[in-house]
Amino acid sequence: MLIIKFCPRIIIIQLFIPMKSQNKKKSDRRKFLRNSLALSTTAFLGAGCATGCSSPDVNSSGEKVKVMTTDGKLAEIDPAHLHHLTHHKISSEEARLGDPNKEYVMVIDLAKCRNARKCVEECQRMHFLPPEDEWIKVFLMKDSEDTASYWFPKPCFHCNSPSCVNVCPVGATFKRLDGLVLIDNERCIGCKFCMTACPYSSRVFQWKEPEHKISEDVKFSPETSVPHQIGTVGKCDFCPDMARVGKLPMCVTACPNGVLYYGDKKEDAVSNGVETVRFSELIYEKAGYRYMEELGTNPSVYYLPPVNRLFHPETGFKNLSEEVESRYEVARSKIKKEIK
Amino acid sequence: MENTDRTSALLERFVPQMTRSTRLEKILVIVCGLLFIWGLYAFVLQVAKGHSITGMRDNVVWGIYIVNFIFFIGISYAGALISGILYLLKVEWRKPIIRIAEIITVISTILGPIYILLCMGRLDRLDHLLIYGRIQSPITWDVIAITTYLIGSMIFLFLATVPDFAILRDSNNPMLGKWRKRFYRFFAIGYDNSEKQRRLLKQGTTIVSIVIIPLAVLVHSVLSWIFGMTLRPGWHSTIFAPYFVVAAVYSGTGVLIIAMWAFRKFYHLEDYLKEIHFKYLGIILLVLGALYGYFTFSEYLTGWYGSEKWELHLIYKLFDRNEFGPMFVYAAFIGVLVPILIIAIPKTRTINGITIASAVVVTAMWVKRYIIIIPTLQTPLLPMQDSRADYVHYSITWVEWALTFSGIAVFFLFFYFSSKFVPIIPISEHVESDDPEPGSSLNKNLNNQ
Repeated sequence: MLIIKFCPRIIIIQLFIPMKSQNKKKSDRRKFLRNSLALSTTAFLGAGCATGCSSPDVNSSGEKVKVMTTDGKLAEIDPAHLHHLTHHKISSEEARLGDPNKEYVMVIDLAKCRNARKCVEECQRMHFLPPEDEWIKVFLMKDSEDTASYWFPKPCFHCNSPSCVNVCPVGATFKRLDGLVLIDNERCIGCKFCMTACPYSSRVFQWKEPEHKISEDVKFSPETSVPHQIGTVGKCDFCPDMARVGKLPMCVTACPNGVLYYGDKKEDAVSNGVETVRFSELIYEKAGYRYMEELGTNPSVYYLPPVNRLFHPETGFKNLSEEVESRYEVARSKIKKEIK
Repeated sequence: MENTDRTSALLERFVPQMTRSTRLEKILVIVCGLLFIWGLYAFVLQVAKGHSITGMRDNVVWGIYIVNFIFFIGISYAGALISGILYLLKVEWRKPIIRIAEIITVISTILGPIYILLCMGRLDRLDHLLIYGRIQSPITWDVIAITTYLIGSMIFLFLATVPDFAILRDSNNPMLGKWRKRFYRFFAIGYDNSEKQRRLLKQGTTIVSIVIIPLAVLVHSVLSWIFGMTLRPGWHSTIFAPYFVVAAVYSGTGVLIIAMWAFRKFYHLEDYLKEIHFKYLGIILLVLGALYGYFTFSEYLTGWYGSEKWELHLIYKLFDRNEFGPMFVYAAFIGVLVPILIIAIPKTRTINGITIASAVVVTAMWVKRYIIIIPTLQTPLLPMQDSRADYVHYSITWVEWALTFSGIAVFFLFFYFSSKFVPIIPISEHVESDDPEPGSSLNKNLNNQ
């Protein structure tokens, strides 16, 4: 059974693929990616396109594949049409290069975050991460004695001067033209130098054999970051595979408060799934900044200061598991002194 | 070449030692062998189960494997000091200790990098270092520097041993078996002590000893840069390279003195390794201790006085009694002051006293490496909001201890077997001098000073 990370819907879709076509895909990784991306594209574009695009020159095999449309209906289409819609062939060379016409950025509005932890959970679900591995973390910050506490979601900063990339002895972690810092887990030797070099603790190590269940057919890609491999380093990848199909990363869409904005700096647009705004205007109006600018790492993640906050930091402790709540014990004791 | 009577007399002295083992030696070999097997078991377990059975976690990603790595590369400086610097300065008293020093260098330069391998998540991808190697990474610099250094040290050890191999090859001593003879014939590479060969050998040795000094300095500098190049409190320091180099020579001299003490005692080499050797090396140790203390003071004073947030955070942890306080006191105060005092006071400046001082130095230098690596990794720039105790505080597991002790055991074994193949005191050096008694050339030399 093929399972890929894009969307729960895709997983359902792939259940309906006849076994015959599935076996064919086993051998070739690129072909697999192409097919699965084609499938996902089809699904996102909706049944209207899939059924409407039938061109006469396609040799119809008579075989039908069921796909699910965006409104949840099943539709039968010819497998040949799926190949027609292929436009995302991601070779490993391509995955290392990225799109030169893009520059991915994220803007995080600290005024809206209340530690709902949906970003963490969705990220874990999409990347088949165990509960203890978090690629996006939420910290309870307090910069100094007399300043206010605030919730601080932190993905990988995808720095433009990345320390981690500099120190990698084998080029397993690399910087792309579109600004992303990704990891090739098939090349990583597990020296952990990048983990010590990253000043933002963004990287996690696969200390034991990964427990998630992904089919062996799924071949690793730096763009999907799955399947994980023991003894290698993982981290937030800014979901370039989602961007390829015009979707926002799961952390962005999962957030109930629209805290996270994701977009392309060259296009000057970022979106939190609800509203799409001009990146430069957002940064200008809300005085956006980058965390620890003084380190000179040039992050691609911008923060909007926690002013006129929608929630009191204490709100962040609602519905937390005991384990998560215990993490913030020390930081929480400091909130109590603040004015409510 | 025919061995002279004096050579034969010297061989008579050393061959029994090389061919027979005392009961103590046998016990040592068995104990070290068992430790090695224990380490091997731990290693197999680590490969099978992954690094989760070590104490390393996402914050402290490097544990005592890296500590051991720096430690072993550090003690390799014993050879660089003796063979390089003392050779070039034509210091005569170095002659009896030259082989012990060079063997320490070669063994520890082989052992050190093994700890890097133990720390690697994917040993099976070692070839990636060659296939995808990037010269921008300090790890690549390290690989290049250490291999060059190892080759240089091996050449030096070999060149210094060739005359002894020749002597052993030409010996008629019946205790040397057939396979040994074959071994010596192979490694003597046809050396017959002719004028020309002697000149060439001397030239070669001089060249290697010149090359080995900058190489040794580079190896530890590059090693320090693995830490110095990161943006971490306690690591991102400009004096890290000289600091590491000084600490390395300091610990190397300490190990050398301990090795000398052990060989002197168990091989009864009192007439070769004299008190004066210990005293001279002791004084070198004292100077290095002062230098190391100076660097330590400079490093922490600037950090504390400048009081940058993260730097200060780290220094407070180092001085905190409940965190790294005891270790810091041992590495930065006891490890400097106690050896200096022992050696400075004439009454305690004895062979045993200096050896105790060296033991303090060597252990303090191991602890020093620990408090360089672990506290910094436990002080990330972002808060560690984690409920998992093992992710917040590093604690060494038995696997890591097993592999550490196994490494020390291999060090002993290697040393022991080396002393069974070649005389631990270079015979040729004593033949060359025209004195009737072994070691008396040394006395004369030392008395003149």
